[in-house]
Amino acid sequence: MRALFSTSTARVAIVSLAVVVALVLQTTVFPHLAWRGVVPDLVLLVVVAAGLVRGSQFAMVTGFSAGVLLDLAPPADHVAGRWALALLLVGYVAGRVRRDVLPSVGTVLATVAACSFLGSSVFLLSGLILQDTAASVPALLQVVVAAVLWDVVLAAFVVPPVTRALDRLEPESLLR
Amino acid sequence: MSPLGPLRPGSLRPFGQAPRSNHDGTPPRALIVALVLACASLMLLDRGTESVVDPARSVVGDVVGPAQAGVAGAIRPIVELPGFFRSREQLRAELASLEAENAGLRTEVRSSGYRRNKLLELEGLTSTAESLGYALVPARVVGLGSSQSFTHTVTIDAGSAAGLAPDMTVINNDGLVGRILRVTRTSATVLTLIDSDSTVGGRIGESMELGFLQGRGMIGGSARLDLELLDQKLVPAKGDTVVSWGSLDDDGNASGPYTAGVPIGQVVSVYASLRESTQRAVIDPFVDFTELDLVGVVVASGTRSDRAVVEADGSLR
Repeated sequence: MRALFSTSTARVAIVSLAVVVALVLQTTVFPHLAWRGVVPDLVLLVVVAAGLVRGSQFAMVTGFSAGVLLDLAPPADHVAGRWALALLLVGYVAGRVRRDVLPSVGTVLATVAACSFLGSSVFLLSGLILQDTAASVPALLQVVVAAVLWDVVLAAFVVPPVTRALDRLEPESLLR
Repeated sequence: MSPLGPLRPGSLRPFGQAPRSNHDGTPPRALIVALVLACASLMLLDRGTESVVDPARSVVGDVVGPAQAGVAGAIRPIVELPGFFRSREQLRAELASLEAENAGLRTEVRSSGYRRNKLLELEGLTSTAESLGYALVPARVVGLGSSQSFTHTVTIDAGSAAGLAPDMTVINNDGLVGRILRVTRTSATVLTLIDSDSTVGGRIGESMELGFLQGRGMIGGSARLDLELLDQKLVPAKGDTVVSWGSLDDDGNASGPYTAGVPIGQVVSVYASLRESTQRAVIDPFVDFTELDLVGVVVASGTRSDRAVVEADGSLR
């Protein structure tokens, strides 16, 4: 029981660390590599990785917390709760993909692409509904597509380490 | 036979024990509802200008800001590396064009004794402007918002401890960058000109004509501002320079969000909108918003700051 408690604590710690590191890299390092200001959504990738390994419940809570952080951390200037909602749904969807076998590379990439599109679209739609975004829809779609491409490319570097770190803490594998 | 009806083998559990969370991590409906409601209430709480979420923002900013500053400082040498590897040909071409420009400028100076005399007259005005006290707090851009957020905001590594406050003007060597939206102790969020929420009063330098500049929300090569002039009879010429309009209070200090006379950009094209009976001009901003690094924040002269302040006369304090 004690082992189980410490595993879940360690899991939360690892995911929190991954989210914070992703957030800082997303706002400092990647803008130098950005295409028209579009950077990879590293935080979204961490949430997807959490969903692939731990299922919807864990990924939803992760997505919500990471989204709130993304909404509040500078230089964000939109209505708070928009990324929280988007990443919450991303966590839910990514978690539903999880099977008892390890997902194949194709599955991971497809999930990342779908989740990236879903996350950006939900964020965009919430902005249009709340009248928080004032830009033309074609320009916005261009940004969404570029973001999906970036995310698929960066998935290879973000998803495996996060899933491996979380997988190692599975209670089943500790008992064995 | 159980009194509750037939039980499936998998659902057997001791009486009185809560159902265990199922193994594939499917969330209970209550959790989904709770989290979605939490998002909705956050959005509702954050509407309007004076939001209750702002204290939380400043707490997060105080933690994340220094982290961003640290990482940005660590990667700065790498980011600046391509500059060292620029080819000799490029440097030579640059030198040639600079020499040509220099020669052109020299001819202009020689031929314009009249203008030089005019400038001497204006020197009095210039020194008055200096005494108005546009002192600058230097700061570095440490975080940039992504285009996915559809806002163009940046974090700078100076905050209220450096004497900054919301609505202050941010400039760099090339011209106007934007204004401060909010500050934490150690960092500040800056709304750049190209954000679609940004509106700046502008004045065409050549004709002193007034207008409003609106960002388009695009960054990179297509970063443009739309200038709508108040006087429809006047047509701005291609190549005209636009500076900020600004406003001064009774004491002669900058009162509005933007200080007067900061260069913003150049007119690249003009078109008339017959239905709205206004002239619109498209402005190419002087500042390259993808390469923001060192910026200055306009503060009143003698502001207390945790770092050296560049005074209006060019001295460091």
